[in-house]
Amino acid sequence: MRDHPRLPTSPGFWRSPLRGPWFTSVLGLVLLAGITVLFLTGLVSYAAYNPDLSRVNDTTPDKGILGFYLFAWPTGPVWLYRFTQGVHVTLGITLIPVLLAKLWSVVPRLFTLPPARSLAHALERISLLLLVGGGLFEFTTGVLNVQLDYVFPGSFYPLHFYGAWVFFAAFVAHAVLKTPAAVRTVRRRLREEGDDLVAPDPGPPTVSRRGALWLVGGGSLLLFLTTVGQSLGGPFRRTALLAPHGGKDPGGGPNGFQINKTAAYAGIAAAETGEEAWRLVVTGRTGTVRLSRAQLLRLPLYSSSLPIACVEGWSTADQWWRGVRLRDLAALVGYDGDPPDVFVESLQRHGAFRRAALRSNQVADPRSLLALYVNGEPLSPDHGYPARIIVPAAPGVLNTKWVARLTFGDL
Amino acid sequence: MRPRLPVGSPFQLLLFVCSFALAGYAGVRLLSGDWLGVALWIVGAALLHDLVLLPLYAAADRAVVGGLDAAHRRAWVPYVRVPAVLSGLLLLVWFPLVFDLADRRYRLATGQSADVFLARWLLITAVLFGGSALLLAVRGRRAAKRRSPAVH
Repeated sequence: MRDHPRLPTSPGFWRSPLRGPWFTSVLGLVLLAGITVLFLTGLVSYAAYNPDLSRVNDTTPDKGILGFYLFAWPTGPVWLYRFTQGVHVTLGITLIPVLLAKLWSVVPRLFTLPPARSLAHALERISLLLLVGGGLFEFTTGVLNVQLDYVFPGSFYPLHFYGAWVFFAAFVAHAVLKTPAAVRTVRRRLREEGDDLVAPDPGPPTVSRRGALWLVGGGSLLLFLTTVGQSLGGPFRRTALLAPHGGKDPGGGPNGFQINKTAAYAGIAAAETGEEAWRLVVTGRTGTVRLSRAQLLRLPLYSSSLPIACVEGWSTADQWWRGVRLRDLAALVGYDGDPPDVFVESLQRHGAFRRAALRSNQVADPRSLLALYVNGEPLSPDHGYPARIIVPAAPGVLNTKWVARLTFGDL
Repeated sequence: MRPRLPVGSPFQLLLFVCSFALAGYAGVRLLSGDWLGVALWIVGAALLHDLVLLPLYAAADRAVVGGLDAAHRRAWVPYVRVPAVLSGLLLLVWFPLVFDLADRRYRLATGQSADVFLARWLLITAVLFGGSALLLAVRGRRAAKRRSPAVH
């Protein structure tokens, strides 16, 4: 039965003349470079949340040694997170056609008989399940998360983070085993006859191997061009036709830039943010100070031009924020000259990151503000009225909106 | 008596032991919540791709090639295949937005409506197929002119 051409376990079942070591090697080397960048920018994004600073920043408290490399996230250059996370998401989306083509090119090997030639081969096949399943899991959770379609089984952060390590473990083993041969194949254009990927009885070609690579590259280019604008911002946003934060900006005027969560989504009622009701509670070494928005406006105000950059990959161009420096607020409660960490609480009652911790280097940066104005006007409710945090280079969710309480002190 | 499974390369064995150690360390944490759901997603993703998605698009491609072959229009294959692949890729990546699967959350979170995406995807698809048809028509005319130089 093994040679019955109607069974996928028979080599004769696979007819495409495209399959072969050269085609697979080219795609494999592109993925080797691309997935390495995805993994590294993912680790960078994880560090950008400062998960080791406070439990509220940490969605993966049982990470153990996987957080071995964590460091204090810097505040400059101001576009740092915009860049690394824009690369992570845009590159991930761009690589999808390459991933699919690579999987297509090696699918006959899924059905190879005997299932295992040796113990090492058996382990390799188990590892390939982690490679393919883990890889598709990472791409799928990422693509669904940026579209706010939270159908995956759990919270995105731990799934995508631990899933990345499972996938990466299998990816490294696969790369160690396959890269030398892939490089040789691409460099020297070795003869392909006899390779198990080459169809023994190929059908008539309908496209050349180069033509097929052009199609894969064209798919990547189309995805890239319809996505990247949501990270570039400005006039390019309109080119991101299918990206979740592409197209037009919401509303217009000074507050007309991309919103992560509206006031309605966060459950912020106008009654809580009015001049009479809202007080900022600042606590520190010397006690607690309560400030109305009018009192905040009488403190020295400063401006910073800073972007908003989301973990979902989209970002805005620099906005012109105006407000009170975080380090001046620290000084009000007894931290003169040596600002500590700060624990920030929002009016928001539910949802992740309604509380966030900022590290002392972020508080000390003179560009870090409790912003009251943006682009010359008071913040709109959707951008955090009466007051929001804005810190250079920090991930969007750490720029807490509708701030209610700041507690300075070492966390 | 069945022959015993040979061990294989010791280097590869060591490599996979290291790889599984790391995957296991992260995997325990990955599975600490809804372990069945996560396991189903990972194994299901591989199975769904290899046994459903790939056979489906391969069969669709075979149907297009076969159909055009039967109509003696094999040269049209790339003019159908390229726009179909590109449009299909866009749909595969952005179907939650295109079909408004998280409509309420998207609207509340971003303050914008998600009902623009279906129209945009259809428009891009129309442009891709339209452009392809135009290219086919132009090339067909040129070829016809070359074949009959008397016609101007």
